[in-house]
Amino acid sequence: MDDLLRIAGRALRSRLIMGTGGATSLDALERALVASGTELTTVALRRLDPGARGSVLDLLRRHGIAALPNTAGCFTARDAVLTAKLAREALGTDWIKLEVIGDDRTLLPDPVELREAAETLADDGFTVLAYTSDDPVLAGQLAAVGCAAVMPLGAPIGSGMGILNPYNLRLILDRATTPVILDAGVGTASDAALAMELGCDGVLLASAVTRAQEPALMAEAMRKAVEAGRLAHRAGRIPRRRYALASTPSEGAADLTGGTGA
Amino acid sequence: MRILLNGRPAEVEAVTLAEALARLGYDAGGAGVAVAVDGEVVPRGSWRSRALAGGERVEVLGATQGG
Repeated sequence: MDDLLRIAGRALRSRLIMGTGGATSLDALERALVASGTELTTVALRRLDPGARGSVLDLLRRHGIAALPNTAGCFTARDAVLTAKLAREALGTDWIKLEVIGDDRTLLPDPVELREAAETLADDGFTVLAYTSDDPVLAGQLAAVGCAAVMPLGAPIGSGMGILNPYNLRLILDRATTPVILDAGVGTASDAALAMELGCDGVLLASAVTRAQEPALMAEAMRKAVEAGRLAHRAGRIPRRRYALASTPSEGAADLTGGTGA
Repeated sequence: MRILLNGRPAEVEAVTLAEALARLGYDAGGAGVAVAVDGEVVPRGSWRSRALAGGERVEVLGATQGG
């Protein structure tokens, strides 16, 4: 049965969105992206030297992976909006992963600037996938101003600490009116599986794969974790209980008490 | 004239943005490239008509690894 991730009318078979940052080489990145099975992958917009040839875009095109430009490094709504417009011009897509960072060391989002940029871009016809903190109120506001997907962090970008506040993530999911993608904080496969088990529609990660000792191997692990977590979510887990519940019925058990002795 | 190209001073003889980009060695087709002049996006279709003046800040951007 098809179980597609649908964002703004686009259907994706893979629920794993990859980033391209942190890879040691384009070769290593290519192997990792292929192993991940991703169909959508972020790229950044940076100053281009004259005569520059051969980019991450060629790599994505070769494998039929759609590019999702981001606004990484923007600290104000104004910069993020301008960067999104440049990305639309360069890549011919109105999809944008919106990041508006509020702090250099934690790379946590600036909620006020983020909301303003999200509203401006959504009004301008962009398909906005907003990287946000795990604040349920802000997540709701981002959906309300027109974001196509809300992407709360599990933990700070590149920290690999996993999902620090599953309770907040549940609140976001309970109230979600758009797809919710866990973005940032994933360290290893179990983090991605947990996100999906909690009900996230997808996972976006980069560092956990690109900075792993064997990126392609970790990419495969992430693909399987996202698939397994999704299946487990759909299957419905058993409730946690404090005491054991025997899986083997006691009815029909043999009477094996010893004889009276003779 | 002297412009600021990606944050660095550059000398280029050109009337339009398209000419300047070509003389500076950028791919004329411009696929995967976006340009801003003094903080405003200049769509590819306007590169030939956008006159360039000395001192303007030209940013030439492309997709790279990130995120």
